[in-house]
Amino acid sequence: MTERKTTRYTLSRRHMTAALGAAAGLGVIGMPWVARAQAETIRIGFPTPLTGPFGAEAKDQVKSAELAVKQFNDAGELNGRKAELFVRDDKLNAGEAATRTLELIEKDKVHAVVGALSAAIQLAVNEVTRARGVLYISISQSDSINEVKDSSRFTFHEALNPHMTTAAVVKQTFKKGMKIAYLVADYAYGHEMLRGCKRAQTAIGAESVVEILHPFGAPDYSTFFPRINAAKPDILCICNFGRDQANSIKQAVEFGMKQQMKFVVPVLLHNQRLAVGPDAFEGVIGGANYYWGLEDTIPSAKAFNDAFRAANNGAAPTDYGAYGYTAVRSLLQAMTIAGGTETDKVITALENLKYDIAKGPQSYRKCDHQSIQSVLVLESKKKSDMKNDVDFFRVVASDVGSEALLRTCSELGFPA
Amino acid sequence: MDAQLVAMQLLSGVSLGAVLIMTALGFTIIFGMLRVVNFAHGALFMIGAYAGLFIAERTGSFWWALLLAPIGVGVLGLVIERLLIRPLYGRSPDDPILLTFGLGYVLVEGVRMLFGSDGVPFSTPPALVGVVNLGIGFFPLYRLFVIGVVVFILVLLWLALEKTKFGLVVRAGARDPQIMQVLGVDIRRLWLIIFGIGIGLTALGGLLAAPMRSVSPEMGTIVLAEAFVVTVVGGMGSLIGAVAAGLLVGIVVSMTSLFAPEMATIAMFALMALVLLIRPQGLFGRAGQGA
Repeated sequence: MTERKTTRYTLSRRHMTAALGAAAGLGVIGMPWVARAQAETIRIGFPTPLTGPFGAEAKDQVKSAELAVKQFNDAGELNGRKAELFVRDDKLNAGEAATRTLELIEKDKVHAVVGALSAAIQLAVNEVTRARGVLYISISQSDSINEVKDSSRFTFHEALNPHMTTAAVVKQTFKKGMKIAYLVADYAYGHEMLRGCKRAQTAIGAESVVEILHPFGAPDYSTFFPRINAAKPDILCICNFGRDQANSIKQAVEFGMKQQMKFVVPVLLHNQRLAVGPDAFEGVIGGANYYWGLEDTIPSAKAFNDAFRAANNGAAPTDYGAYGYTAVRSLLQAMTIAGGTETDKVITALENLKYDIAKGPQSYRKCDHQSIQSVLVLESKKKSDMKNDVDFFRVVASDVGSEALLRTCSELGFPA
Repeated sequence: MDAQLVAMQLLSGVSLGAVLIMTALGFTIIFGMLRVVNFAHGALFMIGAYAGLFIAERTGSFWWALLLAPIGVGVLGLVIERLLIRPLYGRSPDDPILLTFGLGYVLVEGVRMLFGSDGVPFSTPPALVGVVNLGIGFFPLYRLFVIGVVVFILVLLWLALEKTKFGLVVRAGARDPQIMQVLGVDIRRLWLIIFGIGIGLTALGGLLAAPMRSVSPEMGTIVLAEAFVVTVVGGMGSLIGAVAAGLLVGIVVSMTSLFAPEMATIAMFALMALVLLIRPQGLFGRAGQGA
């Protein structure tokens, strides 16, 4: 009796826990009709750098991804299952991105992850998702994610990669015998863009005369210019992103360099052109995955633009925004085909998916899960040539999507 | 050719130094006089750029913006001192740090709500567009103008501090506020004015930077770090120190850009670390100050 008394508290607590566990178990096993009636939401994790120098692009990604989710839910869901986007700020920090992704998987129990907006940070997200066996669609540029060491069954890459982007841009701008100066952001994105440009440049027969790596997020570029000017290049190729692109172009123009050389950027950003204005960007040539002006020739682009404008007070969708849309919609399409969120089935559905969501036909290549798609080359318009507020660019070229634009599977290290 | 390149690099460094002095001036004055480390410095720098943009759009003139934006933001500074900073005098030095840190967030979010997070174009005033041939190479007219403005402001500040009665009171107040109060000087009013002037100068820095850097809610983030480096290297609260440090940091960054461009930002912080090791009070700081 006495013994029982002394241990009563622990016993009762243990009983409580056991009872709770049993009740929870019964809830699932004993009442399956409840679970079916309130069909489980399709949860998509979306880490993106809402704060920091890529904030403008990140916010557009979110807006576009939300549009894709809304359209899916409006169109009648999947067997009564609604989709929901779990947006998280990764603060453009690899550690933060990994932590948020882990939380999304462990706490929010997401069925898939879409997102990240940096070559380096998507690799951090990918590390987490592939270790946990969670499907991940990356929506920012990277070559390394295609390569066998970073690739996985669970990893898909919806964005263009530096290899295909630089090849398209260089083809339109570099000529045999030209002297090229490079101003490159000193991190994965810049390095990969530089590598891509130099590979394409060698094939054409141009030569690089100076390569300057600048610290990421540098506010002032004036101290890099004397060396570039001294090298007297024909082309200044600026391989950086976000505000870095805005600041470096603005300042190079301020130093009168545009009169001396042509400005080329691997990726020409809608938001940075918007933020800096037409004069500084006039004549700058660069690549893009998407431009709203495609609506004249591509019906799916028109549909995307119209839906986006209706949801965002008439604002036009942007390049990086479109990634959020095409990735989330293709994922939801694949889930619809797979009839649910079971990862293996969704992977098979994505691998076989032929989709045209915003920019013409796209599909994921089997070996590296890279999205085969068109690459645009754009030139920034003069202010007087603009027909409306967002008539920023002229489409110089649009390379039709084909596997020929990509490195071969064997070059990436995949077994033949 | 090589000598020309080095000369050009040196000039870039001096011009960058002028920009750095301008970005640090408000920060260093407020710290020197009030012992308040203003973590909202970067945000107020950004507010200066946006205020300038707002005025320039309405008046159609950069020059009105140059005159009115610093005054307007300076008045905002007065309000901040009176309502937020003043109740914290005499409390732990951490309190104003935490307060201004939070204030910075509020200001950045406020601008995001009013003007959006995309960033806005800010063109160089038409009269200052273009480059000037200096014999060693071409240099933007606008940057030469900025150097001119910085020299003008510094001369003005020096005259005010060294040649006026107000300046005498300020210098004495910075050295020993208690004695000043005993002597019957209203030190609180003095601090209020100094804070307002400091914030006004910070706003001027933001406005001057606007045609060179993209104007966005986050443009002040790096500025706070730059102001810190300049202030620490120069000696906390020393005006002459801020000038010397701004130029030194500008030249060090520029010369690093020539030889190891990817180290340009690190060089700034390495210089700060070096100064802290060899001369903890900064180049022109008095020992025992700035703790």
